[in-house]
Amino acid sequence: MTTLTLDPPAVTGSCDHCGAASIPGSRFCCTGCEGAHALVRGLGLDAFYARRDTADGTLRPAAAAPVAYAPLARALSGGRHRLELMVAGLTCGACVWLVEQALAAEPDVRSARAALSTRRLTITWDGPATRADALAALVARLGFRVVPFSPACLRAAEDAEGRELARALGIAAFGAMNVMLVSVAVWVGVDMGEGTRAALHWLAALIGLPTVLVAGRPLYRRAWEGLRAGRINMDFAVSLGVLATTAMSLSETLRNGEYTWFDGATALLALLLAGRLLDRGARRRARQAAAELLALQQGMVTRLTPGGREMVAVEAVRPGDRILVAAGERLRLDGWLEEASASLDASAVTGESLPRAFQSGDALPAGAVNMGAPLTLRVTHAVPDGSLAGLTRALEGAEQARGRFRSIADKAAAFYVPVVHAVAALTFLGWWLGVGVSWQAALVPAVAALIITCPCGLAIAVPAVQVVAAGALFRRGVLVATPNALERLSGVDHVVLDKTGTVTEGRPALLPGDWTEADLDEAACLAAASRHPLCRALAAARPGAAPARDVVEFPGRGLACGAARLGSATFLGLPADGTGLTLWWRAAPDQPAVAFRFADRLRPDAAVAVASLRQLGLTVELLSGDAHPAVAAVAAQLGIDEWRAGVTPEGKAARLAALRQAGRRPLMVGDGINDMAALAMAAASAVPEDATDSAACAADLVLRGGPGALPEAVRIARRAQRAARQNIAFSLSYNVVAVPTAILGFCTPLIAALVMASSSLIVIGNALRVGGRGPAS
Amino acid sequence: MTVLLWLVPLALLIGLLALAGFAWALSSGQYEDLDGAASRILFDDTPARREPR
Repeated sequence: MTTLTLDPPAVTGSCDHCGAASIPGSRFCCTGCEGAHALVRGLGLDAFYARRDTADGTLRPAAAAPVAYAPLARALSGGRHRLELMVAGLTCGACVWLVEQALAAEPDVRSARAALSTRRLTITWDGPATRADALAALVARLGFRVVPFSPACLRAAEDAEGRELARALGIAAFGAMNVMLVSVAVWVGVDMGEGTRAALHWLAALIGLPTVLVAGRPLYRRAWEGLRAGRINMDFAVSLGVLATTAMSLSETLRNGEYTWFDGATALLALLLAGRLLDRGARRRARQAAAELLALQQGMVTRLTPGGREMVAVEAVRPGDRILVAAGERLRLDGWLEEASASLDASAVTGESLPRAFQSGDALPAGAVNMGAPLTLRVTHAVPDGSLAGLTRALEGAEQARGRFRSIADKAAAFYVPVVHAVAALTFLGWWLGVGVSWQAALVPAVAALIITCPCGLAIAVPAVQVVAAGALFRRGVLVATPNALERLSGVDHVVLDKTGTVTEGRPALLPGDWTEADLDEAACLAAASRHPLCRALAAARPGAAPARDVVEFPGRGLACGAARLGSATFLGLPADGTGLTLWWRAAPDQPAVAFRFADRLRPDAAVAVASLRQLGLTVELLSGDAHPAVAAVAAQLGIDEWRAGVTPEGKAARLAALRQAGRRPLMVGDGINDMAALAMAAASAVPEDATDSAACAADLVLRGGPGALPEAVRIARRAQRAARQNIAFSLSYNVVAVPTAILGFCTPLIAALVMASSSLIVIGNALRVGGRGPAS
Repeated sequence: MTVLLWLVPLALLIGLLALAGFAWALSSGQYEDLDGAASRILFDDTPARREPR
């Protein structure tokens, strides 16, 4: 088998609708786009094209597996119905506008509302539920892929924790501002009467106390969880600081002391919650992308019942049920084949780049894609017992191991918290027993030491860097999906690459050969009728080829249309050539057969990415489930010396485990179900955007544009880690100056506020440097 | 200083009103799609409603 790097076809122009390369002599890349463009113009929504901001080619209408939407429509009062859809490809404001306006132009549609960040579209209309199909089809004709808004989407969209943080931040910000209003009066009111000061203290307590108790709950909960797990984390330090400050302020209020510190406690809470919320928001896009994948690939299956067929959720299928798998559909359940034969692409399960033929009674693995005619599957395992669930369980173990990863902030807290608390305790004892003031008075410098150290600087030192780095990576096409992914990425010293779908495009492309243009034209028309990857590659070489009529498909062998034949060598009665990636074509029985040869093309940026990763001091290896020659060829092109072929999923995981045992910190990049365990075992993991859903769930990073962005991701992660260290070091050194003033009792709430604000600003300023174009290392 | 007696409660009341407004906006889902809201204001065209068939 030969694998060559092909130049992309000459570009003549871009499609008026989707922006991809168009067919020479046409304004469009395919008939679907032409139809979509006519639809948009017909509705008078041309303004869309001036404002469209989507990646080229994403808006291409594609034939999707038909889903019956009518049963999903919810009946409202007055004969109204509502349908919720997930719209993939909804990536810009203009897309939202187009979808909403196109639907609003329908006379019976009452409202259509699309959310850009959750890709959720809600349509309400007057009339029967059956209109749902037509409305969903309208959106699909514009070039957007629609699927029912599944519970998985809902989980990602309904961000309950984020909302709780936002609410807590609102309360904390309100409390902090109003307490500050009172506190400033106390700070500047040197000639204030005792009575007025007491009233203001009580007012501050009235606002501050509920604020601290209510708004701090997310932090207290995390601190408590950490304590129960036997760990002292940053949340614990912060919670203790805030609560101690509040208690001390209350005591000062009772004895009408000079100052209360409610302002410090509430401002600290507000800043921390803001940092937490930003940190969450930075990862929201990645979670959304994973949920989108899940929704596109998960969902409904067609169950065959004695009475006919019905659409049911995958979870509802029981062993023994028969389900119908449409051409091109991914199997979601394990089972055995009821048809005589079938052709399935198991590349996501095993890493093989070619589809395999299965016979009646063969066990079919969940995750494979049906490449031939629709087939009937007798389900052997329900979802919780199937092979995918088994993989998921294996993953959980590995993820728990990763959960024990100690982030730099946790390490700093573990060292820092005991020291600070010891200092505070000694200060209290020193003033109380040593100097001999009342215990209430001794509490003031002790807690002042706590609040001036605990701080903001330290608690937002790492989140600030994370937010900036995640934003910088997002602009370069890398989504950060998990907490502390960047930290783990920065420590990586070895890269393990999967072949099919990761460094290659995962689909074959036509090579030049001794066929004529006329051969290609005719063969492409036949090929357009099939979903076999080679046929699709052939059809893609002649975009816009109209599928021939009356094509008969022999799964795993070839296509016939009248006397014309397209298929394997044996299908055409030729001696088997054994080269695999070849389609033979004969237009008529008396004509010579010609061969179309294909190769899985390298992603254009793969070689550069490998070279850049080496420059960063990383070693690179290739790990593939594919056959020996294919892997060897790709390794040679990329200049990778260390490679393994024919590796099973368990083998991949074992290789990663061995690397970690040897003290290496590997980064795994893969896309298939067969890479899942390895992805979870790795120190850090990345998947291309078109990965299978399960793999995407196991990954730290989602790469929008292939492996090309990886070197930059590693570079930014390292820069972020450096900035995080600097921030922590800075916050610690700040204390060397601040703590003695607090211990000696010179610190007032005003000084504490200044220290807190200035250290936060410096830490945030330092974090912002990460986003810029730093020195190329 | 008696002015404080009604000025401070007034300030607090206004602040609480804003807080209540924020809580309402949050629970009615107005913070769910900040990206969409940001770009939505750029499009002010009125829909071209198709004639009922």
